Amino acid sequence: MLRNITIGQYMARDSIIHNMDPRIKIVITIMMITALFFIDSFSGYGLFFLSVLVIISLSRIPLLRIIKGLRPVLFLVMLTLILHVFFTRGGEVIWQWGFISIEAEGLYTGFFMVTRIVLLIIFTSLLTLTTSPLELTDGIEYLLSPLKRVGVPASELAMMMTIALRFIPTLLEEADKIMKAQMARGADFESGNIVKRARNLIPLLVPLFISAFRRADDLALAMESRCYHGGEGRTRLYELKVKGTDFAALGVALLLCMVFIYF
Amino acid sequence: MALIELRGVDFSYSEMETPVLKNINLTVEAGEFVSIIGGNGSGKSTLAKLLNVLLVPSAGEVIVDGMNTADEENWLKIRQKVGMVFQNPDNQLVATRVEDDVAFGPENLGIPSPEIRKRVDKALEAVGMEKFKDNPPHNLSGGQKQRVAIAGVIAMEPECIVLDEPTAMLDPQGRKEVMETIHFLNKEKGITIIHITHFMEETVGADRVIVMNQGSIHKSGLPLEIFREIDDLKKLGLDVPLVVELAHELRKKGVEIPAILSINELVDSLCS
Repeated sequence: MLRNITIGQYMARDSIIHNMDPRIKIVITIMMITALFFIDSFSGYGLFFLSVLVIISLSRIPLLRIIKGLRPVLFLVMLTLILHVFFTRGGEVIWQWGFISIEAEGLYTGFFMVTRIVLLIIFTSLLTLTTSPLELTDGIEYLLSPLKRVGVPASELAMMMTIALRFIPTLLEEADKIMKAQMARGADFESGNIVKRARNLIPLLVPLFISAFRRADDLALAMESRCYHGGEGRTRLYELKVKGTDFAALGVALLLCMVFIYF
Repeated sequence: MALIELRGVDFSYSEMETPVLKNINLTVEAGEFVSIIGGNGSGKSTLAKLLNVLLVPSAGEVIVDGMNTADEENWLKIRQKVGMVFQNPDNQLVATRVEDDVAFGPENLGIPSPEIRKRVDKALEAVGMEKFKDNPPHNLSGGQKQRVAIAGVIAMEPECIVLDEPTAMLDPQGRKEVMETIHFLNKEKGITIIHITHFMEETVGADRVIVMNQGSIHKSGLPLEIFREIDDLKKLGLDVPLVVELAHELRKKGVEIPAILSINELVDSLCS
């Protein structure tokens, strides 16, 4: 049951976008998100949306999957819309009932903000959909490495992320096992109010924590015996290489950002 | 020159406690297959950790290929020469993909990327796991995980592999896979194996068996010699393989059976 869990929302495909260098993808995402906040017209959003569509079709990720990814933020989107529509004043009064009114300005900013949020979510999820957690870690490690000089332990952070990713399924499996063992002895994880349920989790969490620490201890020993001595002097099996397409993509993204910021 | 040499080694985890190891003298030659058996608390795991400097002796010295483990400058070199595989298959794999895990050791050694690629492929092939190189380790069986762990050590091109109860948490199938793998590595690749176990039947194919008891070497010799004194082994709380015990009991009843180690040998001697 827990064997097939996937971490994050990565969808493996063979596409130009998937094969891009993770560092370039991260940089482009940051650039585009920043530029998004400079857009001040719906025609700008139109252009942004168009570029998003192009990326989606290049990445071979089904559109439905991306729309599904928006579901968790639906509440935020609706709330933003409602607040703006009813509380932003100005412009022509479109509809009035007692003291409640909808005015043109509110409608406009409401939809404006919603579009921004939706585009933001789509663009960032494109990064995580097309980049495996491992690549993301590598990319972040590399991008943070200039900060090593001021004492940011970039490679150690990346190592921690990798280990966390490695042990999530192991610990989930273990939690499942402990839970079943406790249930077999009459523990109840499903009834009662929130406080009671939280309290009932203690017999699950205590053994889980103890075993996690024991695992950490074992792993540290195993890493040490395989000559791990921090990030210094470490090489990698896969070295990141920036290719022609990466530069092309970066160029296009730069151009788009200029357009968004200046027009 | 011996590959590994222990001279008068004592070890205790803290000064107050009684020592876990007392005056151990041991030499292991290159290419040997040595099995170390002993009951719980006999000090066999501690002995393993001394061999690749996860622990340093309180007294005496451990020399690996001419290097003393007391000198911190030698640690990385010694750990590269003497690899270690642990009991729990889950707690020694670092990466989220088999291939990346095998690459972990060579990466730490600072080996250039194309060379790592070659070593990883070779190591995975040696343990028969090349088909699984893109799998996440949590989807593998215990025996497969242990073989990946062994590949991770081989990729560092060690001269010796120390395995600390590598089969203790495995099912019979996994146990068989691991035992076949380490015998293959010893015979075909010439890697020295130090195999620590409490399953006596796993020591059958070894060149030498060392029996540990209460922190000292109780006796050492060929598997046949060790198994001859069954009552002595039982006193130490060790389980003798069923066939060996059966032969022993038959001998007591007057049936003439030469020293045997496996079922086939017993069948041969009874039916001849």
